[in-house]
Amino acid sequence: MKKEEVPQDSCKSYSGHKKLIYAVGDEGHYEGVKSSGWEVEGFATEMAVKALDEQLAQATIDYQQGKVSPLGYYIPLFRFDLMSLAHATGFFQWQIKRHITVKVFNKLSDKKLMKYCAVFNISLEELKKPVIKS
Amino acid sequence: MNAPLNHIVHRQSSHCESGVVANMLNSQGYELSEPMVFGLASALMFVYLPMVKVGGLPLIAYRMPPKSIISSVCKKLNVKLTSQKFSNEDEGMKALDEALANGKLVGLQTSVYWLPYFPEDMRFQFNAHNLMVYGKNEAGDYLISDPVFEDVVTCPAESLKQARFAKGMLAAKGLMYVMDKPDVTSDLAIQIRKSIKKTAKMMNGLILPFFGIKGIYHLAKKIDKLKNAPEQEVGMFLSNIVRMQEEIGTGGAGFRFMYASFLDEASQLLKDDKLHEISQFTTEVGDLWREFAMKAVLFCKKRKNITLEEVSASLRVCAEHETLLREKLLAWSK
Repeated sequence: MKKEEVPQDSCKSYSGHKKLIYAVGDEGHYEGVKSSGWEVEGFATEMAVKALDEQLAQATIDYQQGKVSPLGYYIPLFRFDLMSLAHATGFFQWQIKRHITVKVFNKLSDKKLMKYCAVFNISLEELKKPVIKS
Repeated sequence: MNAPLNHIVHRQSSHCESGVVANMLNSQGYELSEPMVFGLASALMFVYLPMVKVGGLPLIAYRMPPKSIISSVCKKLNVKLTSQKFSNEDEGMKALDEALANGKLVGLQTSVYWLPYFPEDMRFQFNAHNLMVYGKNEAGDYLISDPVFEDVVTCPAESLKQARFAKGMLAAKGLMYVMDKPDVTSDLAIQIRKSIKKTAKMMNGLILPFFGIKGIYHLAKKIDKLKNAPEQEVGMFLSNIVRMQEEIGTGGAGFRFMYASFLDEASQLLKDDKLHEISQFTTEVGDLWREFAMKAVLFCKKRKNITLEEVSASLRVCAEHETLLREKLLAWSK
């Protein structure tokens, strides 16, 4: 890629930041060039962000309708999934799945809940009663 | 409380780990570019691990695992590396303050998610982000040289603590490291040849089909198999590859351009025209990866009539050219 081919597509996900890309300059040697984003990359990022946003929107509705516990809402909010949350908390994925159900969540000890609090960096009250930001 | 502030060189980099190593050494007067650090560490790789899922999608990487750049460059250049992990969070923060007060520049492994200066869309649960702390201001905020940012940044102590001690995959456990410039610098010519040889050898992959050129073919095969999968799934799978290749601090084309830059610099240092030719060929390889990314995204957009076979064929072209690149590197480093 030549220096003048380095894309400057002002990607939304960069929020005004610029990234360093290596490209070939006029003398045929490499140099670092700042890029405001590549449209191709931006599309891929937005797809991923959109998927996460949709997941969170669904989880919010599910929580409000009482279909899932607050945990079901917090997992996508903090951009976790079962696997990463299992690693972070030490619970097994099947345990977390159970904790997502309202019935099991309500019976969990504070000690177990605190594990989630530590990972999300929130208080016990916040974990039990999420304040939904719109 | 006194506010330690150390002199630093902050140069924006493509990748966090090679960037921190370069900036830490440059700040001590040891001139070394980011691509040189990357190349010397033999960090170029390809990995496709279908069984390791990140956010439900397979792990794809274009470089060696985290921390390998730090350790291999320090070993090669006789840099004294002192690293520490902590089980107690407050002790970890205290040790950081002490090192700063002693005039040290401190490298930290952190989780991107808890660093407030990151833009929202770039904050993911990724625990292996490297940065360099060079001081603390009057308000108690840490002064940070984060190599992927244009300028230096600041971070409140509480957030930095959270970022250092975030649990999960690749958890940092408060990892901090200090590098001390060696008294005698090593002969770069020898190290360059060794590191290129190592990269060439690794490019073929290991016994398992997940690494190097074998890994690329394996991924191409997987793309072919997605033929009958739901549209949404195929889209997420392909865009994940593109993100790992372009978005995640790679300097473009999954580190291929950075490696070409390393070869270019090495050719000038060693006055070796052959190496410059190989650098140009590596640029072509990088261009092919970009072409693959473009086709993958075009498929996701369903614009033009691009088929899944064309996407995987484009990936196979990358693999074929990496095979040629490997032969060239191997022949040169013999």
